Amino acid sequence: MENPLEHFELHPLIPLSLFGIDISINKAVVMMWIASGLVLLFFSVATKRRSLVPRRVQNLAEMAVEFLRGLVVENMGPLGHKFFPFIATLFFFVLFANLLGLIPGAYTVTSQLMVTGFFALVVYGLSLVVGFALHGLHFFTILAPAGTPGWLLPLMVPIEIISQLARPVTLAVRLFANMTAGHIILIVLFSLMMTAPVYIGWMPFGFTVAIYGLELFVAFIQAYIFTILACVYLGDAVKLH
Amino acid sequence: MDSSAAALLGMGIAAAGFGGAGIGIGYIFGKMIEATARQPAAEAKVGKYMWIGFALVEAIALYGLVIAFIIMGLRG
Repeated sequence: MENPLEHFELHPLIPLSLFGIDISINKAVVMMWIASGLVLLFFSVATKRRSLVPRRVQNLAEMAVEFLRGLVVENMGPLGHKFFPFIATLFFFVLFANLLGLIPGAYTVTSQLMVTGFFALVVYGLSLVVGFALHGLHFFTILAPAGTPGWLLPLMVPIEIISQLARPVTLAVRLFANMTAGHIILIVLFSLMMTAPVYIGWMPFGFTVAIYGLELFVAFIQAYIFTILACVYLGDAVKLH
Repeated sequence: MDSSAAALLGMGIAAAGFGGAGIGIGYIFGKMIEATARQPAAEAKVGKYMWIGFALVEAIALYGLVIAFIIMGLRG
């Protein structure tokens, strides 16, 4: 059996270099362009013939946007409307990247730790910037939850610092690991099918179909989880407990 | 013991973290069924949190897989 991780390796299609930094165009970059193009296409189709009573694509787009708006306002309060474009962009890009990766021959952008790590850093960095901009130095009270007795502070503050630092790491690794693991399972099952004789090979093939369904579900739910956690982290910075 | 054998064992042990996630997912779905049986009207609301919890628990199992990958990468 060939190495199941081979699929995730990236090779430059057009080698480029800027001041010694490798900015080569590879499969992942192309897939990112396609994903953002598809998001644009989806919304331009959805808003092309707008009607008061939404139909088909417009209905779908409105449903998704309303759902995201509810999520943002629920977590951040009325101030959340300012962050809605960012959260919606994040959700649709991650969702389309996840779904695009399920097409055979395509590449899952979100199975690169580099991509998810950058998303997580942007989300976490934004939450820090928002927190300091809104509350100033008072923002440091996020490290001591309200109602903590004074003698517990030496214990609570280090724990809260660790939990704060773990946020971007877990946010990045969760999406990356889910996408990678799902695709590895598909590859392993498929190569089992290819190597097994036909009278037993149908079994792993059936599993491939079932796991593919699960992966479709995971693509949606991980985009949702990524977005809701981004909302929660930003909401923490806005509301300060 | 050969060091590459130890690395293989370590990868296996890291991936065994799936067991904990199995228990967790079992709890989540079991409690969901229990909650729905007690209060069928709350199914939609409980279901939303169930899927979030499911995804979070599943992700924890995959952290073990990531550690297995790291060991594999270190082994060369």
